[in-house]
Amino acid sequence: MCDQTFLAITFGPCDNCSQNKPLMNIYLKNEPINYCSLCVELMACQGLAKGETIHTLKAESETLKGKLEEERAKLHDVELHQVAEKIEALGQFVMKTRRTLKGHGNKVLCMDWCRDKRRIVSSSQDGKVIVWDAYTTNKEHAVTMPCTWVMACAYAPSGCAVACGGLDNKCSVYPLSLDKNENLAAKKKSVAMHTNYLSSCSFTNSDMQILTSSGDGTCALWDVESGQLLQSFHGHSADVLSLNLAPSETGNTFVSGGCDKKANVWDMRSGQNVQSFETHESDINSVKYYPSGDAFATGSDDATCRLYDLRADREVAIYSKESIIFGASSVDFSLSGRLLFAGYNDYTINVWDVLKGTRVAILFGHENRVSTVRVSPDGTAFCSGSWDNTLRIWA
Amino acid sequence: MTIRSDRDHGQRYRPRMSCLKKLEATVVQMQDPSTGVKGTDQKLNVTVIPHVITGQDIVAWITKNMNVDNDEAQAFGTMLVAYGYIYPLQDHKKLVLRPDGSLYRFQTPYFWPVQKWNAEDTDYAIYLAKRNIRKKGVLDAYEQEEYNRLHKWMNHKWDFIVMQAKEQYHAGKARQKADRVVFDCQERAYWIVHRPPAQTHSAMDYGLDRHIDPNAEEKKTYDYYRRIIIYTQQAVMRSRVKSSVSLGALAKYITTFKNHDPFLVPCLPSNPWQTDDDSYWELNAPDVEIPTKMRVERWSFSFYELLNDPRGRADFKIFLKKEFSGENLAFWEAAEELKWGTAASMSEKAEQIFKTFLAPGAPRWINIDGRTMGLTVKGLEHPHRYVLDAAQTHIFMLMKKDTFYRYLKSPVYKEMQKKAISPAPHNFTEAQLQENMRNRRPSIDPIITWQKEQEEKAKAAAAAGPIDIKKLMASKLDRK
Repeated sequence: MCDQTFLAITFGPCDNCSQNKPLMNIYLKNEPINYCSLCVELMACQGLAKGETIHTLKAESETLKGKLEEERAKLHDVELHQVAEKIEALGQFVMKTRRTLKGHGNKVLCMDWCRDKRRIVSSSQDGKVIVWDAYTTNKEHAVTMPCTWVMACAYAPSGCAVACGGLDNKCSVYPLSLDKNENLAAKKKSVAMHTNYLSSCSFTNSDMQILTSSGDGTCALWDVESGQLLQSFHGHSADVLSLNLAPSETGNTFVSGGCDKKANVWDMRSGQNVQSFETHESDINSVKYYPSGDAFATGSDDATCRLYDLRADREVAIYSKESIIFGASSVDFSLSGRLLFAGYNDYTINVWDVLKGTRVAILFGHENRVSTVRVSPDGTAFCSGSWDNTLRIWA
Repeated sequence: MTIRSDRDHGQRYRPRMSCLKKLEATVVQMQDPSTGVKGTDQKLNVTVIPHVITGQDIVAWITKNMNVDNDEAQAFGTMLVAYGYIYPLQDHKKLVLRPDGSLYRFQTPYFWPVQKWNAEDTDYAIYLAKRNIRKKGVLDAYEQEEYNRLHKWMNHKWDFIVMQAKEQYHAGKARQKADRVVFDCQERAYWIVHRPPAQTHSAMDYGLDRHIDPNAEEKKTYDYYRRIIIYTQQAVMRSRVKSSVSLGALAKYITTFKNHDPFLVPCLPSNPWQTDDDSYWELNAPDVEIPTKMRVERWSFSFYELLNDPRGRADFKIFLKKEFSGENLAFWEAAEELKWGTAASMSEKAEQIFKTFLAPGAPRWINIDGRTMGLTVKGLEHPHRYVLDAAQTHIFMLMKKDTFYRYLKSPVYKEMQKKAISPAPHNFTEAQLQENMRNRRPSIDPIITWQKEQEEKAKAAAAAGPIDIKKLMASKLDRK
């Protein structure tokens, strides 16, 4: 595993202002330096120096971009399907709906699995957030949010709380209770505050921190107990629609995808954008890490899903078909990473062979857009939520 | 459908719908006189409607030209109908493609959905008013409701709306009957798509508006370019590996985990979702006594897998205890807790860690190189979340590169491999499966599991803490 970020200095005195802050590792005239995010911003915004014009800056950025492509091309020695030739093909798949969860009165927008592999939390357009035991299809908890369009929900790693948010621009944490009659809204804790809708949220390795992404173009890391903003991530030029934390042992990075067609990889400690990929032709609706943490897949409105390799620093596969023209709203990998499940706006779910790039199955059943697809923590099933008000468990 | 209000959260822009262009291209192909779908004239009531196509012809064309099978072709055809590119002549309110002799027509491009313009309420009001003029009482219940609502909210421009409706009505009367019938059908189809009847949904329903205009170009000021330069410079200097190496690693990961992926190789004894028997979860519980062979095998794949599995971590701790090197893992766990912990508890935790692991002569002193120790101790003067990063990484690498491999060769692990069980696959009959379905077992609430875990941890921490000799001797002296 090559997680570069842990080798870099991430906290200490800034080379410019000497204050102790999280540091970004950047280059000034080819020399590596460590600046805090404020100094980087100031550097970017300082007035034009003598002899600089917008055109010289533009030319400089173009040359650098060209150089980056060159560097990437130097190591581009083999394609994924060539590597895949040695791997045997997959057999036929029989995936059926094993459970249908009915109970939402309106579009299901998001869902998340609990680490106990059978419970899920789902949120819908009418503001309801429901915790189900998907195995028995019983509803265990229900919360009504004060806003509609709850686009983000997440289950805490401990299984003791859920976080959700949407048009209220906030992310709130609701501790769950053993008492079925207790009003969960009473103990609600408002954690994140954005200036526009919350599109996605995720707990980190513990219940104490939440990572959020918002329509205002930023992502942010929050401390749950105090509601304090720990780090913010600026770099997208349009709504950020989705984020995913890296499953690596160092756990320091996450990837986000937005309406500016970019997928950005961030260092959680310093807020620095360390890698960026812009090959999609339309909004990126969903991003998901490969189980090893060395690659990630994206699902986009341009009807393709793409695989990006982080170590080779480029896009390595496109999953598309001429007959698929509706956007992919959500993607997730199976446990080994061989299968990519993608939910589309044409009410279907396509299952792709990640290595060979072919589609292995198409699943019908939903009667409206599939808004979210997630594989269970032990990989035994995946759940799809749709605008037809239902959730389905497939295995 | 909502009337746009001031509180639209600053969002005005529809999400990009790249599917529309592609759908249009397909529809144009379908209307090609030689290679497209064959249309005929159909007599409907008294008039003859030209260019009518049947559902089965549409499905057949899609199957042939887009190279898909019947199910997919039907689904695609339904999308064409749902978006309004093709509209049904019979049962016009249900927008699905029936793969039989049902009649359809291509919608005129004037009524195709476009990215830029929404179907406005004003136009809808004019449409409803026009139908009302023609024949009172022709509106459906849901249309009547909408009409009343629009009448209320658009009262200030109702004169304008009625005037427009009258003009359109008179213009329509001037046309030929056949043309009028066709136009009415088309207009009606357009509004079914954009203002769906009760209990149905519109394919054009795209959810929320976006905050930022997807069609606007980003303003390219000098700081925009500076930011690109800063980012690209560090991106160029990042080290990257050859594609063959990284793609090879991805393929290797897949091959390693292939047998553990329930979608590729059936899990033993059986997948609980398929057979309604949750033995698989029972046998793989986090605190189970004897793990399964698959689980034990998975621990050997990487140090991360071993640590991630609570049972594996527990087994590793047993091994470390035998080697008297438990402090490394304990330090790593404590550093994790600091990193992911709540902000308020940080300085307290940092101090605790310093006293236990880093101070000279500490009870569980960890062995890290001088430079890292120096950096860490200095950082601890003003503790922050990532103060232990360097030390934690060092210890983690040490465990990963050395201790982990010794663990895999140790008698502790080999014992575990021998003891591990391999459950036999279930073979349920149809009747048994039905029985299982009726008796799905509920599970313990994760809150209770969590509380138990916390208690266990507290006990373990108390037991592993440094023994205060003075207290121990004092209690012994007391007894004397």
